[in-house]
Amino acid sequence: MSKITRRRFLAGSAAGGAALMLTPAQKALAAGSFEGFPEGMGVLVDFTRCVGCRTCEAACNEEQHLPEPAKPFDDTSVFDEIHHGQKRRPTDKAYTIVNRYEPKDADKPLYRKIQCNHCNEPACLTSCFVNAYKKTPEGAVIYNSKVCVGCRNCMIACPFHIPAYSYTSVLNPVIKKCIFCYDTRLKEGKPPACVESCPQQVMTFGKRKDLMKIAHERIKKNPGKYVNHVYGEKEVGGTGWFYLSNAPFEEAGFDVNLPKKPIIDNVKDFLAIVPMVLTIWPALFTGFHLLATKGKSHGHGDDHSHDEQEGH
Amino acid sequence: MKKLETYGVKPHDAGMKADGQKWSIMEKLLLGLTLDQYIGQALRNKLNWFLAIIFAIGIPVILYRFVFSLGAVTHSSYDYPWGLFLGFGLFCMVPLSASGFMLGTTVEIFGRHDFEPIERLALLNGLLGYFFAVVYLLVDLGQPWRLSYPMVYSFGPAAVLFLVGWHVATYLSVQVAEVSTAFFEWIGFQRGYDFIRKGTVGLTVSGIILSTLHQGALGALFLYAPGKVHPLWYSSAFQWIHFFTSSIPAGLCMVICVSTVVIYTMKWRCDQRFIDNLDRITISLAKGAAMGLSTYLIIKLIAVAHDNEWAYLTTGWGIWWLFEIVGFVFAPLVILSYAIRNKLVGLCRIGAFLTVAGILLNRLNTALITFNWQLYQEIPHYLEFIIAVTIFGIYVATYRFILARLPILYQFKSQAEK
Repeated sequence: MSKITRRRFLAGSAAGGAALMLTPAQKALAAGSFEGFPEGMGVLVDFTRCVGCRTCEAACNEEQHLPEPAKPFDDTSVFDEIHHGQKRRPTDKAYTIVNRYEPKDADKPLYRKIQCNHCNEPACLTSCFVNAYKKTPEGAVIYNSKVCVGCRNCMIACPFHIPAYSYTSVLNPVIKKCIFCYDTRLKEGKPPACVESCPQQVMTFGKRKDLMKIAHERIKKNPGKYVNHVYGEKEVGGTGWFYLSNAPFEEAGFDVNLPKKPIIDNVKDFLAIVPMVLTIWPALFTGFHLLATKGKSHGHGDDHSHDEQEGH
Repeated sequence: MKKLETYGVKPHDAGMKADGQKWSIMEKLLLGLTLDQYIGQALRNKLNWFLAIIFAIGIPVILYRFVFSLGAVTHSSYDYPWGLFLGFGLFCMVPLSASGFMLGTTVEIFGRHDFEPIERLALLNGLLGYFFAVVYLLVDLGQPWRLSYPMVYSFGPAAVLFLVGWHVATYLSVQVAEVSTAFFEWIGFQRGYDFIRKGTVGLTVSGIILSTLHQGALGALFLYAPGKVHPLWYSSAFQWIHFFTSSIPAGLCMVICVSTVVIYTMKWRCDQRFIDNLDRITISLAKGAAMGLSTYLIIKLIAVAHDNEWAYLTTGWGIWWLFEIVGFVFAPLVILSYAIRNKLVGLCRIGAFLTVAGILLNRLNTALITFNWQLYQEIPHYLEFIIAVTIFGIYVATYRFILARLPILYQFKSQAEK
């Protein structure tokens, strides 16, 4: 092997090595499934108790210093609002909203409160390229808006369509979503504002694992009252907020086809390929180069032919 | 330009003037014409007028976006956070720019120097495509001034977008280095040229690595949204490889398309080597594209079989999928194969344009059209279209500006004569 080819081989390997270093290892992802912090808090939401008074919306608005809504919180006409054929969803000005559904076999409407579900392994967190999101040991999924670049990948990733974006801000548009009242309440062990404000005790605040037991007991003790499913127990790896309903969940607008595994599991296979490509490709293609060009330049012994054409 | 040639004016194409003097930068920028001649030909050019109209409308709209926020030019959709800027600008421009690493590999790694006349065009196509994908991204990001955050300030290494960001940034620098040889020739900086040439293999290999990963990663980005992308366009097992494989015919066909446009509109800038070799190279590139397309077609079908999604084919979305696959993958494959077999360059070019259209359709289908198929169809704001077209216009203008000057389509005389 001539001197030139060896040097080129090294150059190829060095470039590969540099590329390898430029890409911080993805090994953190190889960690097994994470099922949430053991002491993490959660909220059990029982739709059979909800009367659609929207008190929780008002409490959230006040606690999070959100702008005044277009319609007052005692206006029930919002339940008839339809945008693009869809009912209301959380926005950058309302982190929680209540929607009304009319299940087929029920004699009264079902009211459903929507807010961030505070997943055990949140898709938003794993999709964020500046690591703005954080799952706190208390169970909240919070985010640091000071590093948010505004790529909105978390909005793509969230299976529950939760994160919203303050599009109208010129200088500081950021993601906006429910943070479980982390800064003002959860950190001190207090329930979030919506839970505390509810006159019907629709929501129960407590440790997730304890609440899960309560949820299953309620189903067992009230035969026929509930659908035998706790939505959020298993969905996308489990969520901090989970739901009991008297009507099938799909009739309350839930996506019942979500995978049981966290969203990140979908992506792990691809991420596992990354270090392999980074390490194998340099040797493979430098090898191809040597194989393909050796002896091709008729007597030169290396690939000088090209350089000559280029006028060296 | 054609008109001037009839008067015997020759564009600048060598390091030295005929009388042995060096060209000044100003003279080089004016293509070796006098100022009057230059302005005269620029005003005669119809494309210039067309671009001027686009810029007159579009550039104020871009400024409007930065003064009055993203909400002023988009529908501010929470359900469709990615609109045309990323759906077209990022997801379409990047695969169409795979040409750089494809031709780089062919010439530098496999030593196929018969592709050399087109190598620089392919490299430039790659560089500009990536650069403008980043421009689209800057318009789309809420806070573009924080673009460097994932690089230097706050790392999210577990995210696919983190990988895309790093790889596009690194690859952009690799491509700048690859294309810089032409620039160094043009400004007459021989040492810079020699320095980069020495690292060519290293640069090319890192180009392959980075391209494999981020072309695939763009597909993997959609793995975060299993319920949102229609199952026919979504494959948890093969998404990244679909995107990577389709980028190969995309990049090759984009070079065929660009070279077609160039040979019809900028023939004055092409040297004899380029003109003489183009037909042969077009057919060879078409061969590569046909192989890429056939592989892509098969793995698309495998994905449907793997997830057992045949039932979807009878739905409306299924017909749309068949339209894409039959009309824009299978049809160009047939056209290209027939054209290669019968050595029909024109037909190769038609096939290439069809392939490029197919890639655009596929990426837009994945990112916008079938996205949220269970919710509703978002039609982007008309200002979004204007901005997307304007940036594309800037891309075309930049492309032409560089092609007219740097030795991409021609060889510098001092080199050619050797």
